[in-house]
Amino acid sequence: MIQVRIASHGVDLEFQAAAGITALFGAAGAGKSFILDSIAGFVTLGAGRIILDDKILYDGASGVNLPPRRRHCGYVASQWGLFPHMSLRDNLLFPLAKLPRLERHRRVQEMLGRLEIDKPARRPHEASPTERLRAAFGRALIGEPKLLLVDQPATGFDLALRAEWYRVLRMVREETSLPVLLATRDLDTCFELAGTMLLLHAGRILESGPPRTVVDQPSSVEAARLLGIRNLFPAEILTLDPGRNSSRLRLENFELTGPYFPGRLRGDRVWLCVEPGQLRAKPQNGAKPATNQVAARLERASDLPRSVRLEFAGGIVAEVARPDFEPQKDNKEWLVEFPPHALRVLGCP
Amino acid sequence: MPSDWSSLWLSLRYAGLASGLSLLVALPLAWLLAHRRFRGAAIVEAAAGLPLVLPPAVLVYYLLAQLGRWPLRFSWRAAVGVSAVYTVPLLLRLFRSAFAAVDRSFEKIASSLGAGEWRIFWRVTVPLAWRAFIGAILIAFVRALVDFGVTALVAGGGRQVGT
Repeated sequence: MIQVRIASHGVDLEFQAAAGITALFGAAGAGKSFILDSIAGFVTLGAGRIILDDKILYDGASGVNLPPRRRHCGYVASQWGLFPHMSLRDNLLFPLAKLPRLERHRRVQEMLGRLEIDKPARRPHEASPTERLRAAFGRALIGEPKLLLVDQPATGFDLALRAEWYRVLRMVREETSLPVLLATRDLDTCFELAGTMLLLHAGRILESGPPRTVVDQPSSVEAARLLGIRNLFPAEILTLDPGRNSSRLRLENFELTGPYFPGRLRGDRVWLCVEPGQLRAKPQNGAKPATNQVAARLERASDLPRSVRLEFAGGIVAEVARPDFEPQKDNKEWLVEFPPHALRVLGCP
Repeated sequence: MPSDWSSLWLSLRYAGLASGLSLLVALPLAWLLAHRRFRGAAIVEAAAGLPLVLPPAVLVYYLLAQLGRWPLRFSWRAAVGVSAVYTVPLLLRLFRSAFAAVDRSFEKIASSLGAGEWRIFWRVTVPLAWRAFIGAILIAFVRALVDFGVTALVAGGGRQVGT
């Protein structure tokens, strides 16, 4: 269990994490790496307190500040940080200097086997990318840390490396009872691995909870934007009818019928949010917009791996299946339908 | 052709000792300046750089003024000491940049893997900065070898030149 409170260097947050993977999600500069570095002891904090399993690593008030080597935190750097002048085996031996020789080699041998590193005599630059990844985790774990800090590389993740990344982190999650703090800019990683995610922005935690909850119910438009949610429109609630489970919303140029929004009042100004994949789009062909349909001009169509993204005037983004779009690709005038069940509202603007 | 190699031998020995001595002074100092923040670090650095920017004649004058109180004979000890005044600042500069070129993240990771400063220095920093270190020592050696003028004037007590 790690408990963290930091209030310095423009960062102001508090959280705790138990066994399992906790993702620190945020854009560059949100403070993810700074949090990892503070816990590892690489930066000197001002106000704050960090407690790992009842041991105080840092306390600004009482002046406790353990050096990194006494914090028992495994650290996997974003470029893996393997010492380039040592073989993979020597990299794994490095944290074990204090153990007797035989024990040291026994542990390294065991770790090499567990991670399937076949040629430990190679230097990091001679090893394959996936082997480097495994060696980096092996080195961080071999000294039996009480916490694992992982900084996910922002670039250079091809499909093979990504698969290995998931596999190794799952293995850590299942075979150890370590709390893992994972700094990432990658929502896929949060969903794939994390039990809890913290959404960070400018040194603050905007949201926390299971990734599904955070992404489905962001509490503010700021959080929604950081999560890459498209189709955010300012709206006003005109009517609310719990009996018929319906509501009426006024957007900038049009009105929509939606479901009843519990906890909202008539006249509330909110942000309306719709997943691009849930919008339906069809060519207008001179037809009048029906209920919940809006006439919109297609500005751009871009290919996605499995669908087509249509960007309309007014900031509406829809994703449709390619076979539906292909015959209509020269059409500019479209009708976009907002299915009532797909509408969600977020806090006040 | 009979030749006297003794003066070459003397020069090499003297330059080797001079660069060795400056290494002992410059290396810890460079490490301190690169890794520790302390009051007066900037002053130490500026002061250490001073001999580099002074013209040799001025330096000789200062050294003579300071050392002239003692009856200095031209001895290899004096020659090595005087030469170090010139090579220490040079080495300090070069070592500083060699340290700066080492990616600090390796040193950080080493510390989180349980290594103390001493171990980090010998197992991580030095091996990573190896080439730059060797280059720096070579330059210092050559400098000590070539800079005979100042050394001869000072170590010779300003009177005799040569051996």
